[in-house]
Amino acid sequence: MSSLSLWISSSVAVTARSESDHRLRLLSSSSATIATSPALHFCCLRTEALKLGAKSNRWKVVAAAVAPQNGSASDEFDYNLVIIGAGVGGHGAALHAAEKGWKTAIIEGDVVGGTCVNRGCVPSKALLAVSGRMRELQDEHHMKAFGLQVAAAGYDRQGVADHANNLASKIRSNLTNSLKGLGVDILEGVGTILGPQKVKYGKVGSSGNVITAKDIIIATGSVPFVPKGVEVDGKTVITSDQALKLEFVPDWIAIVGSGYIGLEFSDVYTALGSEVTFVEALDQLMPGFDPEIGKLAQRVLINPRKIDYYTGVFASKITPAKDGKPVIIDLIDAKTKEPKDTLEVDAALIATGRAPFTKGLGLENIRVETQRGFVPVDEHMQVIDVDGKLVPHVYCIGDANGKMMLAHAASAQGISVVEQISGKGNVVNHLSIPAACFTHPEISMVGLTEPQAREKAEKEGFEVSVAKTSFKANTKALAENEGEGLAKLIYRPDNGEILGVHIFGLHAADLIHEASNAIALGTRIQDIKFAVHAHPTLSEVLDELFKSAKVKINTSSPGVAPVTV
Amino acid sequence: MSQLLHLGTSFVPSSSTALRRNPTSSPTIHISGNKRTTIQAKIREIFMPALSSTMTEGKIVSWVKSEGDKLSKGESVVVVESDKADMDVETFYDGYLAAIMVEEGGVAAVGSAIALLAETEDEIAEARSKANTSPSSSSPSPAAAEAPEKAVGAPEKAAPVKAAATVTVAKMASSAHPASEGGKRIVASPYAKKLAKELNVDLGNVVGSGPMGRIVAKDVEAAAAAGVSVAAEDPKPSPSSAPVKVPASTGIELGTVVPFTTMQGAVSRNMVDSLAVPTFRVGYTITTDALDALYKKIKSKGVTMTALLAKATALALVKHPVVNSSCRDGKSFTYNSSINIAVAVAIDGGLITPVLQDADKVDIYSLSRKWKELVDKARAKQLQPHEYTTGTFTLSNLGMFGVDRFDAILPPGTGAIMAVGASEPTVVATKDGRIGMKSQMQVNVTADHRVIYGADLASFLQTLAKIIEDPKDLTF
Repeated sequence: MSSLSLWISSSVAVTARSESDHRLRLLSSSSATIATSPALHFCCLRTEALKLGAKSNRWKVVAAAVAPQNGSASDEFDYNLVIIGAGVGGHGAALHAAEKGWKTAIIEGDVVGGTCVNRGCVPSKALLAVSGRMRELQDEHHMKAFGLQVAAAGYDRQGVADHANNLASKIRSNLTNSLKGLGVDILEGVGTILGPQKVKYGKVGSSGNVITAKDIIIATGSVPFVPKGVEVDGKTVITSDQALKLEFVPDWIAIVGSGYIGLEFSDVYTALGSEVTFVEALDQLMPGFDPEIGKLAQRVLINPRKIDYYTGVFASKITPAKDGKPVIIDLIDAKTKEPKDTLEVDAALIATGRAPFTKGLGLENIRVETQRGFVPVDEHMQVIDVDGKLVPHVYCIGDANGKMMLAHAASAQGISVVEQISGKGNVVNHLSIPAACFTHPEISMVGLTEPQAREKAEKEGFEVSVAKTSFKANTKALAENEGEGLAKLIYRPDNGEILGVHIFGLHAADLIHEASNAIALGTRIQDIKFAVHAHPTLSEVLDELFKSAKVKINTSSPGVAPVTV
Repeated sequence: MSQLLHLGTSFVPSSSTALRRNPTSSPTIHISGNKRTTIQAKIREIFMPALSSTMTEGKIVSWVKSEGDKLSKGESVVVVESDKADMDVETFYDGYLAAIMVEEGGVAAVGSAIALLAETEDEIAEARSKANTSPSSSSPSPAAAEAPEKAVGAPEKAAPVKAAATVTVAKMASSAHPASEGGKRIVASPYAKKLAKELNVDLGNVVGSGPMGRIVAKDVEAAAAAGVSVAAEDPKPSPSSAPVKVPASTGIELGTVVPFTTMQGAVSRNMVDSLAVPTFRVGYTITTDALDALYKKIKSKGVTMTALLAKATALALVKHPVVNSSCRDGKSFTYNSSINIAVAVAIDGGLITPVLQDADKVDIYSLSRKWKELVDKARAKQLQPHEYTTGTFTLSNLGMFGVDRFDAILPPGTGAIMAVGASEPTVVATKDGRIGMKSQMQVNVTADHRVIYGADLASFLQTLAKIIEDPKDLTF
């Protein structure tokens, strides 16, 4: 429920007004419930709670109590809210809507949990947990430094694959149960928008069932993007979908794309004994990361491992292994398009990003055209039609709108949309959404990279400073013999605003939240640097980072515009 | 952490201004620094920078630039690991990275030279020769003087390595490059490529044994172990054609003086040391018909003749512990607690003695497997010290070359070594007055007479002969 505290922090006047509006609306809708519902005391409880005021934890209790009733839609509509797609984004939105007492349905054409749970974040974390341990056990030097003696580490491929699969099933059932527990209807089939506030769901080709909804959220997510010329056979030329099943561990695998998906898989494959060749179209590996972090990551995650790479090249043609021939990858220069090289490998993993999955949504019925497959939306995630006008009651969140293709971003957008619908103006600050890459060690980031910050500073005329601390100076990291790492803070020295934080090191993914929360809440360095961190912990890396920043004013004075010194 | 932000200052010429930056440097050293500067005005030394107040030495993580690269002011040249962090170090001068004096992974004291920077391209050669002839030319800064010897020695240590690398390169240049000549691509796995770079192996000369004839790590290791003596007959190895290895006897340039490799140096020292030990020799002829028959029977199970001989020797040693003893100080001797049979193996550029530990206790099948593993490791130069230094008795077998008898030098620190000749069919007279044909081999033991006497060896050899002539105990 941390997200709620975020909304409360917005302008006091607006919050107060919208909250009272909201209260009124809910009261009226609950009175409708009273008429039909036998569980009268629940409704009373809710009314009571609302009168007491809308503190976030209170909301939660109330919502849980009313949940089995699933609110009730007004007479006009079957549902208050219908969400197409039960991925992490749709799930987040559904939970939040149910907590508000809305009658909510979620349409899923495949499996609950979407990409993240079934073919993405979740199973990959299971594989990475294995690779982290393998890496540690295989590192004789590392073990010796601890005084540990370990016999040769080995693994059972099926056992590793089962761990990933079991984890996905477990999380999937958790997700399903949480939806059912809150009384969200899970409708099976493909969802298609027929017209304003009207959705059809059912098997492809069948006539399906038509339902009406006051508001609709599109949350159909994405699928792995496969470039032209690449033939995916699912065996030797694969995407992350198949790779996560770990059906075989090739001796040599080419990974096309060195973003976070490719990097994580390189971590898994090299720990399991494969050799890896990266094929990157841009001139530099890990193009999405802060350059300094990327450089360090390359030195730790790529150079010492059994990995080589080609940069500035496209894989123009990839042919799966057949007839005793290996997988053949034709490389061309990314700029001149001239043939550069040919690779012969045992397998190729296509990790060139993800493409929105928005076909068959019936967008034409509401005069919406996708842009490169993405559904165009405004800052409130409301869908924009061909004429550039907002489509009433239709929103799109997550990978399908392409704003920030991360599971937790989708969920945040979903919650924001529900808030927006309930009349509380809400905008997701994407610059406060952290991202992480779960290699060993991990990489995490929030906000701007250094070049982005410098560009912005140039445009807007402010100064940018950078502070850095090393994991080598952190007691806990050294106790773990994991001193390799760097934390980097990009900030405004004039007012102490945090522009970006990048961490490469042990548990970086868990460490980033102190920084992302600070950005989300608008906390300034001069204030957060007095916060106390337990000793000895890895969090002291950030403590030291904030303390090493040189802000030109001593304390922030809320409500007063920052003064440049 | 503030000092981390000002790295540029660490790249300084060996002039007095530069040295003044180091607040603790003594005046005498200033003078010597100045002297050198006047000789090579345009060749600057790149020093190990002080990245933190507590740093006394730094490790080179990686060279961002290679020798011969042009540098411009502000560019990262080297990544240095200090006690606190890894930092990119930038140059403050334009020029060329002429010579790297401390290789990646090397450690150097703060203030000692780690590379040379030439102002113009013409001076690169001059700088290189300087780096090679006086590797320790770095001005010993006070930090270096105070620092442990290890740190001061680091740049010097780097020099021999470099020299060795140069030799390898020269040797490679003289051998053929069939793969590249044919204009064919070289298919090598990422790790193989990495290893090749590290071990200085030209992939063009390596025959791949991986899938589709791809070069994999072990091919590179084998090539490195065999020097660069591997050449391919077929420019493009096809999966069906067995790799053909041709020893590059042609690759040796006659008339050249070649410095000892580390291994050759070690062998040389050991051999000279052995002169201090009073040795004597006892020979014996052993009939091997039964052993040969046994070998034929269990060969298919992976048992090797070497393992059989080691096993037999070990079993004989159990009964004659004195032959397994060693004298190190000339005043006492040690009855060794385990019987570790070292077996001499010739590998390219030297000789090594992998050790079969507890050969009396380990069964013959495990012993054979162990032997195979040791030989593979020896070829790949991956033997750990405990795998070749812990022998208590040494076997040397030249029988496979048809040598019928020879004489071995006793490795210092052990009591005895046995030279084994070829087993050959011999006409022998038996006690009942007949003439028969038997396979016989000659063994010749060299022993340290301070602790092992003639009678000891004689009875040991008698026991050994009995075991070999009736080898049922070898297989338990």
